[in-house]
Amino acid sequence: MLNHFQLLQLPTQFEIALPTLEAHFRRLQAEVHPDKYVNATPAEKLQSMQMATLVNEAFQTLKSPSQRAAYLLSLQGIDVNDPQQAALPADFLISQMDWRETMEDAKHGNDIAALETLLREVRDAGKAIEAQLTTVLASAPKEAVVSVKKLIFIEKVSADVNQLIASLED
Amino acid sequence: MALLQISEPGMSPAPHQHKLAVGIDLGTTNSLVATVKSGMSTVLHDEQGHALLPSVVRYLEDQVIVGHEAQAAQSADPINTIVSVKRFMGRALHDITDRAHIPYQFVENAASAGMLELSTRAGLKSPVEISADILKTLKLRAEKALGGELTGAVITVPAYFDDAQRQATKDAARLAGIHVLRLLNEPTAAAVAYGLDNAAEGVYVIYDLGGGTFDISILKLSQGVFEVLATNGDSALGGDDFDHRIYCWLIDQVRSKNADFQPLNEQDTRLLLTKARQAKEWLTDNHEANIVCKLSTGALVDETLSVAEFVRFTEHLVNKTLSPTRKAMRDAGLTIDDIKGVVLVGGATRMPHIRHAVQAHFQQEPLTNLDPDKVVALGAAIQANVLAGNRSGDDILLLDVTPLSLGLETMGGLVEKVIPRNSTLPIARAQDFTTYKDGQTAMAIHVVQGERELVSDCRSLARFELRGIPPMVAGAARIRVTFQVDADGLLSVSAREQASGVEAAITVKPSYGLHEDQITQMLKDSYGAAESDKQARMLREAVVDAQRLIEAIHVALAQAGDQLLSADERSLITQHIDTLTQLCAGTDHHAIHQASDALNHATEPFAARRMDASVQQALAGKNLDSLEL
Repeated sequence: MLNHFQLLQLPTQFEIALPTLEAHFRRLQAEVHPDKYVNATPAEKLQSMQMATLVNEAFQTLKSPSQRAAYLLSLQGIDVNDPQQAALPADFLISQMDWRETMEDAKHGNDIAALETLLREVRDAGKAIEAQLTTVLASAPKEAVVSVKKLIFIEKVSADVNQLIASLED
Repeated sequence: MALLQISEPGMSPAPHQHKLAVGIDLGTTNSLVATVKSGMSTVLHDEQGHALLPSVVRYLEDQVIVGHEAQAAQSADPINTIVSVKRFMGRALHDITDRAHIPYQFVENAASAGMLELSTRAGLKSPVEISADILKTLKLRAEKALGGELTGAVITVPAYFDDAQRQATKDAARLAGIHVLRLLNEPTAAAVAYGLDNAAEGVYVIYDLGGGTFDISILKLSQGVFEVLATNGDSALGGDDFDHRIYCWLIDQVRSKNADFQPLNEQDTRLLLTKARQAKEWLTDNHEANIVCKLSTGALVDETLSVAEFVRFTEHLVNKTLSPTRKAMRDAGLTIDDIKGVVLVGGATRMPHIRHAVQAHFQQEPLTNLDPDKVVALGAAIQANVLAGNRSGDDILLLDVTPLSLGLETMGGLVEKVIPRNSTLPIARAQDFTTYKDGQTAMAIHVVQGERELVSDCRSLARFELRGIPPMVAGAARIRVTFQVDADGLLSVSAREQASGVEAAITVKPSYGLHEDQITQMLKDSYGAAESDKQARMLREAVVDAQRLIEAIHVALAQAGDQLLSADERSLITQHIDTLTQLCAGTDHHAIHQASDALNHATEPFAARRMDASVQQALAGKNLDSLEL
């Protein structure tokens, strides 16, 4: 069976061109999407739904840097969600607590601007980690696991900040 | 550059036969049917020349009246004349918060799994049946206009409809005898019509305020691909709510002038609601509206509503549309600078203060060069034409998303999200479960839809009961449950015990839907009273399904039978086709269904190889492209 990179005709590596990923995703969906099988047999409809589902999953996985890195590690037999894997370093946990504190303050002060600033800060932190991933993935898989975990954390914080902004806006 | 298409010998497409396919906009206030004629999407009119069919159904003793005639009777016969039935689809009585102001006799019906029913002189009616009556009228109109039986239809639904509301819509189509090619989200349909008409490329916002529902969708349009980036909305907010505010204002006015004001009866409620709607429409082009009418008590209503006053007491409704708008933008990760255009859809967007609010929010003038009442049906017709196979070469592709997150109830009434909102469809997620008791052979899973953390704050979708888990010690079984949302946005669930490979049986209890056997019963009832009529209808449906299957297999065999099947495999399929063809000449619908299943089963390996070939073809196409670069 093809891995996600092969399915989307990309080299199995962290650095990929997003426009190419998108173009290949669309080309593939244009062939396999259930809309192309509306008049087909139930057996073909099922095949189409499963393949289109797989193509969507591959696309979403490769589009997100953290998921793409985690997927590359999983191809090497490393599961980032395995509790046995390296823990997050203390300094990261501290900045993470700072972010949560800023969120709490903004929540009580109804300060959406502060949350928007926090969102940018958190995104920049994520970008910095992503920038190093190519090298880290190639040389030190253990370290890469930590980077991916950080990114997943950052995505969670971003989602929570977005949720908070939405609830303050209502 | 475009690649030339070359047919292989013996593979040239079969002589083209135009299929009669339509797009149906099943609206809260009005419904429409459209089709593509000579390459142009066109709305079909009734014999009096009306494009819009009021979504109003009146039940007489032994007759159903749909449309303008029913609408004219709504004040005289409010209990038996149902308007805005779409608001009740997939809904329980407690969901209808303003039911005190709606002149119907609601019935809470345990038998229809929570969905409310309406008591009329023709008996209890489920919203599904009432919607089916609207659909039947549109089907009839289309078949008269097109001069033949419909192959199928694309039916639009609000993007923010949940699973129960979508399923209810599909059930209504089935009752109306319509083959549903696809349920299509209304804003996506509008984007198709707008995008193709204007050769639009880039990111567009569709702001769709209909009679009873609000949707906001953000789409990326690129070379015939319509990719929904995010959607949000409110499935209980629409033009009706503006009418209702005017109605409440009217009552306040009348009450303040009459000390002995009596609560309104059903006729007067309907009368004032109708007057309120007319006043709202009048205020689109005028500064004030005079509302004059006489109630059944003899009391005279004579009020003047100014635009300023109307804007004042409906401003909160306008603002209610902006919160989902902001959420969708945030989910799409976009700012207003990224938006190329904002398309207004739905009759309610004719209100000037809606237009001003949208313009202020997006800092650009909204696009209104399409009729907001028709654009959804026109888009649906284009997609129906594509899906029926009438259009090839320059195909379009719609990639839509799920509007609400899908979650499971866990310990303590908390929700564990399985599929996040705005996931591109189709999507599947697997979740592993285990048993907590020795020898446990069954378990229950509660699926909810919504964004909140507590089960009680989300919408219950269904309860699934898994049976037939092989007995093992507690915690030993590993049951993988797969949640699949298909291209119609509908959920299905399958489960398998991983160690033994045993497929667990699943019974679905929809929280707000009709059970399969209820639908079957309604279908049978609709076939006519005589047993022979029922048999004839069931036979006819079985034959139609069988013929559809055989045709699909013939097409597949002609395209790839030689390359992908051995002579033996091919002759096995041919034998099954022959058996089924012979049965179709007989009268046993059970046997036809069985033979159809067997034929479908026999083609499974062929279907898998065809899919692999499609993937290879897509990949090969890519290689050609990259050589050009």
